[in-house]
Amino acid sequence: MHELSLSSAVINTAVKHAGGRQVTLVNLRVGQLRQVVPDSLEFYFEFVARGTLCGGARLEQVVVEARLGCRSCDLEWSIEIPAFRCPSCGGSDVWVASGNEFEVESIEVEEAACIAPR
Amino acid sequence: MHRTKVTVVEEALDANNTIATANRADFDRAGVSVINLMSAPGAGKTSLLERTVGSLLDVRVGVLEGDVQGSMDADRLASLHIPVTQLNTAPAFGGECHLDANMVRTALPSLPLDDIDLLIIENVGNLVCPAEFRVGEDARAMICSVTEGEDKPLKYPLMFRTCDVVVINKLDLLPHLEFDLDRLLYNVDQVHPDVPTLLLSARTGEGVEGFRDWLAEVALRTPAVV
Repeated sequence: MHELSLSSAVINTAVKHAGGRQVTLVNLRVGQLRQVVPDSLEFYFEFVARGTLCGGARLEQVVVEARLGCRSCDLEWSIEIPAFRCPSCGGSDVWVASGNEFEVESIEVEEAACIAPR
Repeated sequence: MHRTKVTVVEEALDANNTIATANRADFDRAGVSVINLMSAPGAGKTSLLERTVGSLLDVRVGVLEGDVQGSMDADRLASLHIPVTQLNTAPAFGGECHLDANMVRTALPSLPLDDIDLLIIENVGNLVCPAEFRVGEDARAMICSVTEGEDKPLKYPLMFRTCDVVVINKLDLLPHLEFDLDRLLYNVDQVHPDVPTLLLSARTGEGVEGFRDWLAEVALRTPAVV
């Protein structure tokens, strides 16, 4: 359900950068650690985009693998299940190298054909 | 017509976070500490507040009660003679399943910030969505009740990871359940290593002083310099 709010956030971000031009494509990076259901986000995106500069735009989602790092022993690892303790030294001082993203990476916009006088 | 690629690289939730920061600045100016209290529906948020806020000495508490609709919880808390403000997400906010920074911002004018030291925002019951949206809080607490299953931290990691304290409620029901408390605590620690946990029963009152003390501790924190 929160994909509805998340899709609005994506559309607002895209429109902000579109400079009044029609958006045809939104490239989104979604970290594995975010609880985003891609199909659900796409469904709401299409719906919420209607009537905005993103109307009819395609949403491309790239899932970013979750990678963690241990500050105590410098181990870096990727996770499938959410375990945030270092598997090597058991330390808890762990940082997220990637996987938290919910980021509009780029958009594609339509430019009017150049009609400069010769 | 031709198409141009525009590089953006911007967190889509930046707009929410910006409003959350503005809320936080307003709370700090008023000298009010803010707690975002979250859980699944029926885990005992309102019951725990009923048990604890009345016995907080020297801390004036107010509650912002977030619900999709209705004021049942707000009515229960109002009987404690504390200021309670109801914030419904239906219909003004499309019946959203969580509070976001903007909803809390719209409620600011109706909050008695000059008369309270601690604002507890009781979020909409939900383990997924509230975790995504900062509202301007100083601290986050969540309640996980023992009727929910030991695997909940692994299923809803974002909620467990972003909380400053995890309350385990309904301990009084343990004799009636096949529930592995150690397994739950292990899973909590896997998802959020070293997060403080408070074991209690809002119904019997066992252990609730731990949560009351935590509320008092957050209330007494000096606001961050803005």
